Amino acid sequence: MAKEIYSTYPMVKYLRKEALPTALCPGCGGGTVLNAFANAVDQLKIDPKDLVVVSGIGCSAWIASPYFLADTLHTTHGRAIAFATGVKVGLPDKKVVVISGDGDLASIGGNHLLHAARRNIDITVLLVNNFIYGMTGGQVAPTTPFGAKTTTSPYRNIEHPLQISETVAAAGASYVARWTTAHVYQLIESIKTALQVKGFSLVEVISQCPVQYGRRNKMKEPAEMLRWFLKNSVPVSKAKKMSPEELEGKFIIGEIINRQRPEFTEELNKLIDEVQEHFGLKGE
Amino acid sequence: MIIRGDEPEQLRLLKRLYKPGNYFLQGNEAVAYGALFAGCRFYAGYPITPSSEIAETMARELPKLGGYYLQMEDEIGSIAAMVGASWTGFKVMTATAGPGFSLMQENLGYAVMTETPLVLVDVQRSGPSTGQATKGAQGDFFQAKWGTHGDHPIVAVSPISVEDAFWETVRAFNISEKLRTPVVVLFDGVLAHTREQIRIPDVEEVEITYRKLPKNEEEAKLPFGDPHGDGVPPMPLFGHGYFTHVTGSTHKENGLRDVYTPEVHDRLVRRIHRKIEQNKHVYEKYEEYFTDDAEILVVSWGVTARPSLGAVLKARDEGIRVGLFVPKTVHPFPGKRIKELGKKVRAILVPEMNLGQLILEVQRFVNDDVLLKGVNKIGGVPLTVEEILREIRGVA
Repeated sequence: MAKEIYSTYPMVKYLRKEALPTALCPGCGGGTVLNAFANAVDQLKIDPKDLVVVSGIGCSAWIASPYFLADTLHTTHGRAIAFATGVKVGLPDKKVVVISGDGDLASIGGNHLLHAARRNIDITVLLVNNFIYGMTGGQVAPTTPFGAKTTTSPYRNIEHPLQISETVAAAGASYVARWTTAHVYQLIESIKTALQVKGFSLVEVISQCPVQYGRRNKMKEPAEMLRWFLKNSVPVSKAKKMSPEELEGKFIIGEIINRQRPEFTEELNKLIDEVQEHFGLKGE
Repeated sequence: MIIRGDEPEQLRLLKRLYKPGNYFLQGNEAVAYGALFAGCRFYAGYPITPSSEIAETMARELPKLGGYYLQMEDEIGSIAAMVGASWTGFKVMTATAGPGFSLMQENLGYAVMTETPLVLVDVQRSGPSTGQATKGAQGDFFQAKWGTHGDHPIVAVSPISVEDAFWETVRAFNISEKLRTPVVVLFDGVLAHTREQIRIPDVEEVEITYRKLPKNEEEAKLPFGDPHGDGVPPMPLFGHGYFTHVTGSTHKENGLRDVYTPEVHDRLVRRIHRKIEQNKHVYEKYEEYFTDDAEILVVSWGVTARPSLGAVLKARDEGIRVGLFVPKTVHPFPGKRIKELGKKVRAILVPEMNLGQLILEVQRFVNDDVLLKGVNKIGGVPLTVEEILREIRGVA
């Protein structure tokens, strides 16, 4: 059975076969993200040899490593972007991609996320936001909706969720977009744009975790979660005309920001050139 | 596949920029120049007293050599960026002090587990906590060894003077490259801010080594194997199409995670230990003075080694048969040699700027019939020759 699926799935060429099947739960949005990313790479005809994929800790981190067949760096919790920063400086001509979850990148790793955006280093981040800490058993996250139930907010969540995309856009990223796993084609297009943008790019993917989040919030079927996404998604253009009260609990989807700013590794190499020129060290 | 920093033009650049001869330098500057001569072309750090001049010197000098200086958002990010850069083929370094060293511990363990060469300079300052931020100390002896979690080996070197700081930093890079492992330089705030004469050598005088790279596709497919029996796997660098998978989780020889099979964990962690144990010749280093006929032995490390030598010389003038043992690589500790010396002497003194850390390592290797005494001083002021001499006279 499994063999049949692999032989008919054209994107399998991008996967590390010896690591399959995946450890993701049935109904997890992680597979959609992996699929969308593989399709974006395929459509752009990026040679996986020109890719380095970095991830942190948690369910979503597994999407990138070990499953994606490229150089992959599976790092400590929250630090993927900082590791990726070193990789990008070392290999400025390669595409450096970080795929990890909301808990990993925006909670413990929040500081690195903001500063990478500020530096505008040419890294593409796929942030899988499932509102929960999945791998550790469904605890409350900084993205958990107000009022939602988790194992560590068993009565209700009294904290407000972090608006990741808006925060990263404000911090200085070149490109930020948000989609859900129910918007696969738009998601692929955004990942393609993000991979091509020179500068820091973030694609936030609102993703379903039926096992840890849905089950405790009256959506135990994956399809119910996808319907929830579709029902509550509001395009950026429409959201601009809505009040904060009207936007409460909604998912703003689309491109949050798309702009050009000087990129970090280019600026760093330019600086080195200038210094070497100044000291007469060029052409040594 | 190249390790950046070893190209012939790099050597020409070094020759042009740093003329051999005597200079009046600060300890921190000596560390930075040692790193540059060793081939370090990537530095990621976060400012902290008393280590900041290392970052400042690197920020000024690295661009001249085509190298990269990154000021990261914190210490955790600094060591993380170093690991990333090391996998692209850079020789990498960071410098920090006590609180920053604490923050780096998790990723230091990651570097041990993923066998990533890097050099971490800890300019020890007075603690615990913020303590005396501007004052030197020797309180991180065990933090270097046991700061991160799990069973892991560590190599740590400790310079005793400004000139020594240059050479020990070079040596730290060489050990790190040769054994594919992080190396800690246990420096201190006193020497870091001491200025003294140091001879900058000719580029050719500095022996530098580079990590083993895979000879063929087959070796590259086993980034955590042991094809040469020395415990050190060749390192397939990122960006060369090997599709290497690197993880801090327990992994098989091919890099893929396996956290369920006891044998896989056992094999990996034991090999990482064996790699250090069986390559003692790469890193073991100590100095001995007057140990041939010594009845009393002074064992001292880092900044305290020099006043200890001063005290030993004065005591010798007074006819006291005292010797000095200085471990230059403090981890793994040269216990075998201490054991031999311990059989010949009746008293051992261990001066250090803490409440007794190195002394615990010494204690493991000497018998109960030897009088073992710490000479300890805290508060940020180094031990003096007189203070140590007084203790030598006391046991003479």
